[in-house]
Amino acid sequence: MDDVARPPDDAARLERFEARVAREDKVEPNDWMPDAYRRTLIRQISQHAHSEVVGMLPEGNWLTRAPTLKRKAILLAKVQDEAGHGLYLYAATETLGVSREELVEQLLTGAAKYSSIFNYPTLTWADVGAIGWLVDGAAIMNQIPLCRCSYGPYARAMIRICKEESFHQRQGFEIMLTLSRGTQEQKAMAQDALDRWWWPSLMMFGPHDSDSPHTDNSTRWKIKRVSNDELRQRFIDATVPQSKYLGLTIPDPKLKFDKKTGHWRIGEIDWAEFRRVIAGDGPCNRERLADRQTAHDDGAWVRDAALAYAEKRRKQAA
Amino acid sequence: MTEAMMPLWEVFIRAKAGLAHRHVGSVHAADAEMALQAARDVYTRRGEGVSLWVVPSASITASDPAEEAELFEPATAKPYRHPTFYTVPKEVGDM
Repeated sequence: MDDVARPPDDAARLERFEARVAREDKVEPNDWMPDAYRRTLIRQISQHAHSEVVGMLPEGNWLTRAPTLKRKAILLAKVQDEAGHGLYLYAATETLGVSREELVEQLLTGAAKYSSIFNYPTLTWADVGAIGWLVDGAAIMNQIPLCRCSYGPYARAMIRICKEESFHQRQGFEIMLTLSRGTQEQKAMAQDALDRWWWPSLMMFGPHDSDSPHTDNSTRWKIKRVSNDELRQRFIDATVPQSKYLGLTIPDPKLKFDKKTGHWRIGEIDWAEFRRVIAGDGPCNRERLADRQTAHDDGAWVRDAALAYAEKRRKQAA
Repeated sequence: MTEAMMPLWEVFIRAKAGLAHRHVGSVHAADAEMALQAARDVYTRRGEGVSLWVVPSASITASDPAEEAELFEPATAKPYRHPTFYTVPKEVGDM
């Protein structure tokens, strides 16, 4: 709120901006916008882009070990989609006046965050199923309202991403279904994956509304359309019946159906774990960043060579 | 930071023959040929089109959003440019 109070001409512009957003006009890159709006968007969209990029790592772990050629081709297509989603979102962030190079540096130095879910390991093939079903399911729940975000480039990127993401969730559910109808060992593997991914998936929606630091401005500016708790509840209500269909048990002894409201009520989320993983102390934080750093360093000569070649061709043509 | 900036390109796709190319997003690439390759990988994974254009972003000249009113107001102030401005008697039939 600090930079909302500004000199008079900015105050007038701010008023016009807020009126515009209030009547559901989209904001485009060259339009005037308050610094705090720009900063919030850069933080949120780039964090989202980083999440897509880092999100390739846990799944990449299974590319060479997928159980069949069909599963391998599907997983490869999914990982390629994640790369594409990262790129759409980086491009949307860059329209706000920050360069790709700066964004990548913010990820690698740890100045920018990515979704803490990707700091958990993928120990078995069932984890690939659980990620598609739960993690992508939670992501879609988060992303659908973002398709109506007030910032045009972000909204357009989200529409594209949501269209593509639906296959991710369905292929994950199909893996879980196949395992849960398989041998005792396969069913146990599916249950173990659900046990490990359930709570971190619920944490993906962020802190309770009462503890969420970014909600006020973001809601007024129509960046955030639906609150963390509301989205989490929608996800729970959608997912619990699916787990019953799979014949798997949600790892929450306090889970119960509230007949009055028609909602599933969960036990308490372990917020200490959430904060620990965000602060860098999850099972794979260091490994993920080290892998990104290696990929970035290993690609440096390619970027240099491509630029040098383009420069040489320009000179020859001149 | 020492990393050199990779040029930016705007990507346009023709969804199918007969339709105009439409802006879909942007990519970074060292030259036009690599920009086309990147655009193909990033924007056409599901049969989105039959033709791609890439244009250096720096080559685009955009109108100033602050001048929106002056630039486009005259268009809305001339309703007589639209067929619905004119009344044709029913007896005449469709026109």
